[in-house]
Amino acid sequence: MNCVLGPGNILHDTLLFRVIYDGVGHVLPCWLSYAVAGLAIMLILVNGVLLGAGLFSWVERRLIGRFHNRIGPNRWGPFGSLQPLADLVKLLLKEDLTPKGADRIIFAIVPVAMLAPVVLVMAVVPFAKDTALANLNVGVLYILAVTSITSIAIFMAGWASDNRYAMFGASRGVAVLISYEVPVVMSLLGVVLVAGSMSLADIVSAQTVPFLLVQPLAFFVFFAGTSAELNRTPFDLAEAESELIAGYHIEYSGVKFALIQAAEFGAVLTSSAVMVTLFLSGWSGPFSNYLGWAWFLMKIGVLAFIFSWIRATFPRLRIDQLMAFAWKFLLPLSIINLFATALEVYFLRDSAGTLDTTDLWIMAGINFGLAFACILVFGTLIREKVRPAGPATGATLSPGEAD
Amino acid sequence: MAWFIFILLAVLTIGGALGVVVTRNVVHAALALLVSLIAVAGVYLVLFAEFLALVQVLIYGGAIIIVLLFAIMLTRSSDYPRVTDNKQWPLAALASLAFLGVLAPSFIINSVEGTEAQNASFTGIGESLFTTWAVPFEIASLVLLVALIGAIIIARSDDGEEQG
Repeated sequence: MNCVLGPGNILHDTLLFRVIYDGVGHVLPCWLSYAVAGLAIMLILVNGVLLGAGLFSWVERRLIGRFHNRIGPNRWGPFGSLQPLADLVKLLLKEDLTPKGADRIIFAIVPVAMLAPVVLVMAVVPFAKDTALANLNVGVLYILAVTSITSIAIFMAGWASDNRYAMFGASRGVAVLISYEVPVVMSLLGVVLVAGSMSLADIVSAQTVPFLLVQPLAFFVFFAGTSAELNRTPFDLAEAESELIAGYHIEYSGVKFALIQAAEFGAVLTSSAVMVTLFLSGWSGPFSNYLGWAWFLMKIGVLAFIFSWIRATFPRLRIDQLMAFAWKFLLPLSIINLFATALEVYFLRDSAGTLDTTDLWIMAGINFGLAFACILVFGTLIREKVRPAGPATGATLSPGEAD
Repeated sequence: MAWFIFILLAVLTIGGALGVVVTRNVVHAALALLVSLIAVAGVYLVLFAEFLALVQVLIYGGAIIIVLLFAIMLTRSSDYPRVTDNKQWPLAALASLAFLGVLAPSFIINSVEGTEAQNASFTGIGESLFTTWAVPFEIASLVLLVALIGAIIIARSDDGEEQG
């Protein structure tokens, strides 16, 4: 049998899908090869994210060990690189406990509901030239829609566990997610404005100048917002181990805990991938026609390293500081960025509505000045606002007062 | 193929909606509503309205359900974990029957010619939203703004002092 994917099919532009479909289509009936190609792509995606998460869990533990001036996991394999495998075996063999009062069905759905958005995001990210699994023309919106499910998963985890600490962690986690969603979305609008498209492939090809330079403020807001949404250390109020033990995943053990951890580590990689695509010009670089994937992976590595660096360096915020940071610092910055970008695009674009490289450089110059000014001004403002009236904390004590 | 997917989505939509009404647990009801709403997004996808589908997931899945869950969590629903209906159910039944009474004739009388599903561009949606339908759009935003301000005022009036 010879199956042909017509140009009208939405998966026609997905190269990987077409290759598998054509290959399998010689032996199998068409509808079956359609399903096989889909399943093969799913397999690649899920395993890619999970293997990446395993690798990153080891890399991050080593890195944070270095940052903390200790060694980190170094027993299993060269430099301890088999540690994720050992962890996996340990977690698979552990008893999978469900608390007595838990809502069994929802409790069991949660790990899947947490991992699924992480994997799904990768479906629209282009790894190299023309290799996005699905080049949606609303790709940016797709990422936002898919990741918004995470907050429900967190709520379900907290509620189903029948544990006060889990519920506290979940309510904090959801509050953080919905607060930081606002500045993150606003900062993405700036990128979409400059690129003139919501398709990730178009955004990559629009970046003759990386949007990190054109949209520094958006990158800053997006980076901070994402790192809060990922529940990583400066913002990990949801699982603050000194207050809530582990937050919403306190009751999870065994395979379910492994899946939740994989989702957390995988989320760092997928958010890095999204950021690489939106701000660091994706797969482009020298020889990008052949080495696009290498550039892509390298840029992900750099961003993931910065994520680990931030996690290892900053102390945890208080919950009011966390909220103030979102609403009084990031949100104004993202609104200013959106307005400035809109004005710049309005005045700089040519009659066809496109921006050329010179325009992008001009925008980069203006926006960098704006970014520094705004961060300085709002940084000073928020420092006064955040200072609590109640009992003094370490941040407010000057050496003279610290009695 | 499309038929099969549509039937699947329809079953999910109706099953979720039934779950909302039938289940005895409020949180289960909210999550069943989520299933139903996301299945509706799937129906949009079958119709090639990607933008609408994603907005459906984003607004209803990400925002509305979370608000619902927060409302359940912050009210004292734990005192009545198994109560999902009250004396007003005949009124609710009447209201939904009336709604059906409006919907069903409008479908029967005003039979729309089926067109080929087309890939609706979101730029077209944006342009018509901000030109032809600008006034309804602004009114909707105004309603939302009023609701927001009202929520802030209600939240502030009780414990605004001690929270600072």
